[in-house]
Amino acid sequence: MNFFTRKKSASSAKERLQLVLVHDRTDLTPAQLEALKDDLIKAISNYIEIDPEAVQIGLERDGREQRLVADIPLRSVSRHRAG
Amino acid sequence: MTAQVITVTSGKGGVGKTTAVANLANALAMDGKKVVCIDGDIGLRNLDVVMGLENRIVYDIVDVIEGRCKLKQAMIRDKHYPDMYLIPAAQTRDKNAVSPSDMVRICNDLRPDADFIIIDSPAGIERGFRNAIAAADRVLVVTNPEVSAVRDADRVVGILEAEEKGTPHLIINRLNASLVRNNDMLSAEDVLDLLGIQLIGIVPEDESVIIGSNRGAPVVTDGKSRAGLAFRNIAKRLQGQDVPFLDLDQQSGLWGAIQRLTGRK
Repeated sequence: MNFFTRKKSASSAKERLQLVLVHDRTDLTPAQLEALKDDLIKAISNYIEIDPEAVQIGLERDGREQRLVADIPLRSVSRHRAG
Repeated sequence: MTAQVITVTSGKGGVGKTTAVANLANALAMDGKKVVCIDGDIGLRNLDVVMGLENRIVYDIVDVIEGRCKLKQAMIRDKHYPDMYLIPAAQTRDKNAVSPSDMVRICNDLRPDADFIIIDSPAGIERGFRNAIAAADRVLVVTNPEVSAVRDADRVVGILEAEEKGTPHLIINRLNASLVRNNDMLSAEDVLDLLGIQLIGIVPEDESVIIGSNRGAPVVTDGKSRAGLAFRNIAKRLQGQDVPFLDLDQQSGLWGAIQRLTGRK
């Protein structure tokens, strides 16, 4: 990493704090979040076909509000189009 | 007259709580307000030395609570401002000698005769902190633009919200403008974005703060100090005045960002 491409320390401080604060505030560990994701996939799969590999789940913050955000692509949609 | 009770806290130690209390009290006294400071750090008292009143202590807050003296006897009058007082912490006792209801009672006794009661909270989130916030009408959280201080401040803000103490106001202390310019220190904008609370002041890093503490004469009394000016401005905001934030010569767009952030609930 040379002088010009080195990421300045304030940026890494902010990125690291963003993650730490989300977990501090929710008291939810990354492992628990992964377990939640698996349960969510199981529950949704009972009703609709999804691609478990493509599911993304994460915590986002806006001011002092926390939000659980999931992106769950449906498998059936593309098949209908193709068929 | 009924005083507003303001508690200054931080979670992390060493971020400048005691310095902030001494400076805000002096600045309010300079504006002609009647101010009573309470050192809430039982066993580790320091507000007395920072205010230069350590040689005048006879009684402390635990003596009041345990009935060894009257409240008035434990109030040490300041050397320069006759309407400013300090109620010192006990040095040889621990935080369990005081309860939240003791603090509420003492503040209620003081309220009719003062404009502001400023409580210096100990570091941490234990009993001493609970005591310090028990009577607060308003809480100020002091932090530094640094990862551990911001993280601890966030914990404290979370606890204050859970305790329904309302959203506290933030003092960002020891901001180094040239480090921020080099992107090697979190900017005020970054800290506000992370914590999501309202700003009440940004205090620049300033050597004269230590010089003031050495002398027991808080930096607000130094007319040339930038940190002193920042504290005087915070004192004006506590009195409800709309004072613009200092231009600390940081990245462009900071001013607008602060306004956006502070305008948001």
